[in-house]
Amino acid sequence: MIVELDGKKITVDRAPTVLRLMEELSINREAYLVIVNDRLVTEDHRLNKDDSVKLIKVVSGG
Amino acid sequence: MKCRVCGNDAVINLKAYNNALCARDFIAFLENRVLKTIQRYRLIDKDEKPLVAVSGGKDSLSLWYILNRLGFASDGVYIDLSIEGYSSLSLDKVKTMADRIQRRVFIFHLMETLGKGIDKLSRVIKRSTCSACGMIKRYIMNRVCMDRGYNVIITGHNLDDEASALLGNILYWKDEYLWKKGLELKESEGHLSKKVKPLFLCSEREMAAYAILNSIDYIRDECPFSIDAKSLVYKDILNRIEESSPGTKLQFIKGYLKVSRAMKTQRRKDNLDYCAVCGYPASGGICSFCRIMERFGIEGDIRFDEYKPEGLPT
Ligand code: SF4
Ligand SMILES: [Zn+2]
Ligand SMILES: [Zn+2]
Repeated sequence: MIVELDGKKITVDRAPTVLRLMEELSINREAYLVIVNDRLVTEDHRLNKDDSVKLIKVVSGG
Repeated sequence: MKCRVCGNDAVINLKAYNNALCARDFIAFLENRVLKTIQRYRLIDKDEKPLVAVSGGKDSLSLWYILNRLGFASDGVYIDLSIEGYSSLSLDKVKTMADRIQRRVFIFHLMETLGKGIDKLSRVIKRSTCSACGMIKRYIMNRVCMDRGYNVIITGHNLDDEASALLGNILYWKDEYLWKKGLELKESEGHLSKKVKPLFLCSEREMAAYAILNSIDYIRDECPFSIDAKSLVYKDILNRIEESSPGTKLQFIKGYLKVSRAMKTQRRKDNLDYCAVCGYPASGGICSFCRIMERFGIEGDIRFDEYKPEGLPT
């Protein structure tokens, strides 16, 4: 499936849930929010192959 | 996952609070925490006139929005450092919010005053960009407050900002900074405004969620100078700890608050000197900002633009 990570589109193996997707990408749950089909979701949210998935980084520097 | 309050689908899982909430209940939960922080630590008094330092990022824009919703009518101040591809974009976000909440914003353009952006200026005065930036921001925030009759500066520092700064200060035992942090910096009559951070107990993840759920359009890009900021390394480390032990960041900061209050009553001997030109705290006659003005031969007062949303009375 295609997901958007920090604004860049990447292709990943299909993951059944948001949590599994984050684990596969080694993404810290405190550092990201996940938006599926324009809605903010929790980690247990189930993913379908046509979902539009966006991973948004929440950490800022400076 | 279901909302613990109403049973609808949750949009966020808050492990530190062992709580999951829907959009509506999360917004109420976070706003209530900000209100409680302000009340419990007496950050803003009802008769005070607050001014929010807005950068265009998620924290300061959300904070500005929350304060006005909570009944703390506050205007904003934006400092334009002339960073290419970044400053003008962030100013646009600030103006959009000003229009939305119908509050005015004071704008300081570094380029107009000093004829240089922050990167050139920092090279000339031989400071790192971030250190020059911090100095300018502190000065301007205070100055606009004093000049325009506000008496408390509000900044959007969040839990992660504070925890990472604290970790840095502890790692290197920066004693001189260690006990100065906290929720509030006291004013000094006629010289320095009070400065408070009502998001001290709100994490970055919560603030980003709040912004997204309220359709607050914030700048996602980082300031180009933040790339090698050490704070990012500290934040990453703290988030790894947080992931395995939820609530650690909160405990770290709450514990610090307790200890630092005890420490503060012991200190309080630092007798400040003030700038002979502008009255800002300074060691050695003239403050850093006035020294820069002097060096570039700039005379006269510094100017602020004022952005006023349409329909706002003068
Ligand atoms: S990262 Fe950018 S905005 Fe932050 S202190 Fe450094 S120069 Fe200033
Ligand atoms: Zn609910
Ligand atoms: Zn001065």
